[in-house]
Amino acid sequence: MTQQVNENIVDKSIKRVHKLEARGVKVFYDNFEAIKGIDMQIKANKVTAFIGPSGCGKSTFLRLFDRMNDYVDGFRMEGEILIDGENIYKKKVNVEQLRKQVGMVFQKPNPFPKSIYENVAYGLKIQGIKDKKFLKEKVEESLKQVALWDEVKDDLNKSAMALSGGQQQRLCIARTLAVEPSIILMDEPTSALDPLSTAKIEELIYELKQKYTIVIVTHNMQQAGRISDYTAFFYLGELIEYDKSKKLFTNPEKQQTENYITGRFG
Amino acid sequence: MNNIKANRLKDQIFKYWGIACTLLGLVLLAIFIGSILIDGLQRIDWDFITSLPSRKAERAGIYTALMGSVWVLVLTTLIALPLGIAAAIYLEEYAKKGRLSSLLEVNISNLAGVPSIIYGLLGLEIFVRVAEMGSSVLAGSFTLALLILPIVIVSTREAIKAVPQSVRDASFALGASKWQTVARQLLPASFGGILTGVILALSRAVGETAPLIVIGALTYVPFAPESPMDEFSVLPIQIFNWISRPQEGFEVNAAAAIIILLLITFLMNGIAVFFRNKWQKKLG
Repeated sequence: MTQQVNENIVDKSIKRVHKLEARGVKVFYDNFEAIKGIDMQIKANKVTAFIGPSGCGKSTFLRLFDRMNDYVDGFRMEGEILIDGENIYKKKVNVEQLRKQVGMVFQKPNPFPKSIYENVAYGLKIQGIKDKKFLKEKVEESLKQVALWDEVKDDLNKSAMALSGGQQQRLCIARTLAVEPSIILMDEPTSALDPLSTAKIEELIYELKQKYTIVIVTHNMQQAGRISDYTAFFYLGELIEYDKSKKLFTNPEKQQTENYITGRFG
Repeated sequence: MNNIKANRLKDQIFKYWGIACTLLGLVLLAIFIGSILIDGLQRIDWDFITSLPSRKAERAGIYTALMGSVWVLVLTTLIALPLGIAAAIYLEEYAKKGRLSSLLEVNISNLAGVPSIIYGLLGLEIFVRVAEMGSSVLAGSFTLALLILPIVIVSTREAIKAVPQSVRDASFALGASKWQTVARQLLPASFGGILTGVILALSRAVGETAPLIVIGALTYVPFAPESPMDEFSVLPIQIFNWISRPQEGFEVNAAAAIIILLLITFLMNGIAVFFRNKWQKKLG
């Protein structure tokens, strides 16, 4: 299945707005074909949601954009993934450099078993930055961005493991922001959180899209509807429908999409 | 009804049988330690620890053997630790999971089960003869390092494996290289576990006798070793030597030396348990 994309999104003349692009992407785990040929373009400074039932390949597809599948045994990919027009699967691409540009937030909050300060500073420290003053400022700025600063500013040296789940997830986002990526990938970032923490994260995503291109995988259709500008529906390794969220959730083109968003399967 | 009664009876029988089995080992150990304490405790004083060996039982001390054990322990650690941890990191984080790595894995586990005297023979050939170290502290330490290497590797791998995958993901996602992830996240997080394994391995090494006798460690050395190339004895050999003497006074000496050796191993195990608990709390 190729080019299921709505016309107004595939607009070759204004390439600049397309931050991310997939061209004929297929993914195999040994002999299993997890992604069956996807072409897709994702706009800059927008929130794009990936929805679909478990095992549809949306997480695998998301993880292609920062090459996090590379370490998975038996992983093989065909096609191209482009960021700002550059194929990131070319041989000479520096994967570490790429991941500084593309941040990732995971399903379960996964702070390092270190202090709050160390968690946020880690991404900068591994780049060789040692300037204490700069690190301090950056940590404060990042924690403020996720509205966590006021809650933790007196406990920066306390273990991050002592924070609540919602705080931990915001810390993980702060940690990602600290390295100043232009793209943030989120893999079901609120599925392990309570409704209140979820609301805070959603609010945060809404603010972050001013500066970042955000792609979020979610099982929560309401969430996709609330926070995303565009939504892509995946099913069995294929991109079934991709459109403005408003359109996709109110007037989907495909029967499969409608069945899924109305809860008839999945 | 009858069935329930019968089951309850079986339950009770098994419970007491289990208690008896548990106690058996403990009671035997208690008897052993008790009799050693009765025999040897009155012999232990500062002189016993700081005296050189002597033909007269009441003047003989464990100084040279104790120093030999300390030398061997330190050198063994210095040799086995970097080798074992590096091998474990490679196997756990770098090696592609496949037939070769599982073959390596099985063999390393098997090596942990090879009788220690075999390591002694290996050490005699390689370190004492081929490498021309002679029957030195260094040769002994290399031999013991080989002996505990499999244990160090296995326990280090377990400790690294216990660090959640999510920590690796997070580190990679922030642009860390594999080595940065290992050095800054995995090793600090698994430090307690690694230390536990290493200490337990060393407490085995400190009690080893056979391989050191094979490589030619002496039963009588008049001086404590002063360099890695010196000849040496260790506590277990000293004990063995005293036990085999006919005079009664040496039996008391042996008991006293056993108490010291036990103290050392208990202390090391205690430290290991301490770090394990501390480490578990940190990860939790």
